[in-house]
Amino acid sequence: MRRWLWCAVLAVSMVARAQEGHARSHDAEPASGEHAARAQEGAKHEKVDTSTYILEHVADSPEVEFQVPLSDKEFILHFPVWRIPLEAGACPASAEEPASLSAGCLDISLTKHTFWMLIGSVFVVLLFVFGANRNPKQPVPHGPRQNLLEMLVIFVRNEIAIPNIGKEEGPRYAPYLLSVFFFILTLNLLGLVPWASTATGNLGVTLALALITFVLTQIASIRAAGLGGYLKHMTGGAPWWIWPIMVPVEILGLFTKPFALMLRLFANMLAGHIVLFSLLGLIFIIGNVAVSVVAVPFAVFIYLLELFVAFLQAYIFTMLSALFIGMGVAMGHHDEHGHEEHTEPHEAVHGKPELAVNPANAPG
Amino acid sequence: MTNLAYSFLSAGIGAGLCVLGVGLGIGRLAASALDATGRQPAATGDIRTTMLIAAALIEGVGLFGLVVSILLATKAG
Repeated sequence: MRRWLWCAVLAVSMVARAQEGHARSHDAEPASGEHAARAQEGAKHEKVDTSTYILEHVADSPEVEFQVPLSDKEFILHFPVWRIPLEAGACPASAEEPASLSAGCLDISLTKHTFWMLIGSVFVVLLFVFGANRNPKQPVPHGPRQNLLEMLVIFVRNEIAIPNIGKEEGPRYAPYLLSVFFFILTLNLLGLVPWASTATGNLGVTLALALITFVLTQIASIRAAGLGGYLKHMTGGAPWWIWPIMVPVEILGLFTKPFALMLRLFANMLAGHIVLFSLLGLIFIIGNVAVSVVAVPFAVFIYLLELFVAFLQAYIFTMLSALFIGMGVAMGHHDEHGHEEHTEPHEAVHGKPELAVNPANAPG
Repeated sequence: MTNLAYSFLSAGIGAGLCVLGVGLGIGRLAASALDATGRQPAATGDIRTTMLIAAALIEGVGLFGLVVSILLATKAG
């Protein structure tokens, strides 16, 4: 029953948002729209409005808007501009002008995405500060919150970290994988909350996440194989006269992995939101309320799909990070390139109950 | 046709081809995974994990192509 109630609330809130957008685009139309040409111009204007509305919604901006449903009111929170000039006089005098890092101006002012990213991180930290069981005498989790967190934590550790990285090294990298999993999951889910925005739909955020994984992968491989082994691995084990081809290819291979990681998360989060808004935008592009009978249920469907994608992308990012770190760790165990025979002994670990569960130190 | 028109056309065709390739790849992958699951239901979990990794990698290749298309469409004007 409660589930259906939630669905109804969701549908109503979406219709409310749609109506509001409709009202706004009507305001934008010229007041005396009697001429056919003028009306056509108005329709064209409306179309442009829809696409710019969508792009503005998914793009980063220096303010956060809170629109009140079923009214034209909206609260806009403008963030102050914080800029650090790395070179004297590099920053433009007025806050309106864009700052460029290449000119020597470091822009650290809050934006819509960083605002929601900070809220997401504070939420994750609070969730685990208060959700984790720190009582060593009582290692069994209590209540729905602790059990839910334990389930996710154990899943990341036993299904992602240990099978991909190995039984000895897996738990060492589990904290990073857990952090990245919960961070991405929270940001993805925040994007589905009305008024909030998806920080993972920003290329900068995903770039930073992928960069951390990249650095950790390199550290893992250098730790496992030593600097000599690491450099030797760059040659791909080929004879010296193929090195001019092998070394660039291997170096390129180093960077394509985090690049794909960055792009996948970004594109998935962005694309979902654009599809959602395009479906609702169809109502205004066609200009008939009857379209909403088709568009709104489809949008709800996409919304639920996005809910799945939010979990899936967090899982995929964590999984691929673990896979890349595992490849780095496997570098030290044998000289040849095949990782296949290495993963086999760890596959046996999969799902064995012997891995003692200690929730006291699991979420940290 | 102007250069702008050509770039938009190529962006559209490129995006379509990207999606076509990725769709074929992931479709084949899912078909094979279902086949394998049918033959050996005990290995469902492992097959699913491997399938998701491969699907993510295929999707990554498709996204590279889509980025080229997006660049064509946005940088053209």
